[in-house]
Amino acid sequence: MFHAKRPEEAADQALVAHPSHHTPHHGASFTPIGAFPKDIGDSHTKKIELAIRIDRVSKSFGNHSVLNEISLDVPKGNIHGIMGKSGAGKTTLIRIAGLLEKPDEGSIWYEGISMPVHELYGRAMLEARRQVGFVFQSFNLFSSRTAAGNIAFPLEAAGWPREKIRVRVEELLELVELSDKADRPACRLSGGEKQRVAIARALANSPSMLLSDEATSALDPETTRSVLDLIRSLRDRLGLTVIMVTHQKEVIRRICDTVSVISGGSIVEQGSVAEVFSNPISEAAQAFLKEDDEKEYGYV
Amino acid sequence: MSEILQLLIRPLGETILMIAASTLIATILGGALGILLFALSQDRFAGKYPGALLLKRIADRVINMLRSFPYVILMVLVLPLSRLIVGTSLGTIASIVPLSIAAIPFLARIVESSLSEVDSGVIDAAISCAASKARILFAILIPEALPSLISGLTLTMISLLGYSAMAGVIGGGGLGDLAIRYGYQRFRADVMAIAVVAIIALVELIQWAGSRITSRIKAAR
Repeated sequence: MFHAKRPEEAADQALVAHPSHHTPHHGASFTPIGAFPKDIGDSHTKKIELAIRIDRVSKSFGNHSVLNEISLDVPKGNIHGIMGKSGAGKTTLIRIAGLLEKPDEGSIWYEGISMPVHELYGRAMLEARRQVGFVFQSFNLFSSRTAAGNIAFPLEAAGWPREKIRVRVEELLELVELSDKADRPACRLSGGEKQRVAIARALANSPSMLLSDEATSALDPETTRSVLDLIRSLRDRLGLTVIMVTHQKEVIRRICDTVSVISGGSIVEQGSVAEVFSNPISEAAQAFLKEDDEKEYGYV
Repeated sequence: MSEILQLLIRPLGETILMIAASTLIATILGGALGILLFALSQDRFAGKYPGALLLKRIADRVINMLRSFPYVILMVLVLPLSRLIVGTSLGTIASIVPLSIAAIPFLARIVESSLSEVDSGVIDAAISCAASKARILFAILIPEALPSLISGLTLTMISLLGYSAMAGVIGGGGLGDLAIRYGYQRFRADVMAIAVVAIIALVELIQWAGSRITSRIKAAR
């Protein structure tokens, strides 16, 4: 597998790449393999605190290998994009990162949890899940509940008293600008409204991370932009770390700080969006960026 | 005519009693069994328990076996059980036992398939909300599947109505028994006709109520 690596980028960019064939945590400033570092960086750069470390994760379904020793560190407060063609393994990666799937090999570390989170179970697993919110391409709202009822669910699950739930749900509806749609059944919301409710639901337990699997793919261009702007403003206001899996270049261009390109179950290139977009090194990134550019110019 | 209607009242009551009681029992036991079957078949609910697969296989076999018995034979086979549970193997009350036993596996399958139809993305979302498995099942999956569960319950009740017509074999009452005793054995075609009409009316009523509840739930969403 071809791994394009930009030696200069690690220094300045808030992204630490360690492709599989390199020693993942080299140098004195890195903590030993298999541990979650307090911060990463060396004396020349500002210290970088990580929100999540994905360490040499592999996953196959049957005989089909989907992820091949993928490693990725995402610093706190970053909006990191993961792009690649369909079938590249993006969705599996984000599902593993969000504890919806277990890796076959490798480990997942969250900030503030002293062991790999995918190995947790019971209450500790639920606690880890509260650290991350997940939004889906098809929204996955509970059709048996209203907008407010959807947002209330994670709070009910966390054992909040009814009155506190009511106040918190109001707050969250305000955050996604849907206060007037509180009592509307989930099915009767528009696509953009559904995704806003899903975002509010994902943020109910005040997670430190928001993971998005193609959250805007089912939306029209204008709604896509408004949802993306919402995610960015939430990051700014709440200090969230965001990871967005997408096949849409405009998503990366509009809100991401850094980006990884996935191909064939491995990360083949990563860096700042400006760098990767202006000077793609890997074949996968070049092919990806060339693909129907004309069609997308209308969007951005 | 009024004589026939007089004849009808008691059997109608018996039929309603048999259906209501066996539906209630089947809803509780069959519902629980259906939820168990669903949970055992889902990696995300039972994945790490090694016995889950074996248990599911055994439950599948037992359910298939119970469902393949012709009802009239099942009824005779469970006579000793009826005696054990309700103290007698004869009569309307006793026939609630075989009716329930026929309905439990039927409803269990319906509950299992209704729950399986819930979009797996919804389960993903519930999991990512950090909810326990029990909460996901009872606070999300069952409400999500409710229209389909109600349709299934309606179907069960209508099947039970058909089965209950055979209650006469073990001395149970009901509309079917009336039709056989008067219509067939005493050549009273008029009584038979009325009994059959009453059964059809009950089927219509159950179906109407079921459809109405289902569409109400759907309309509110």
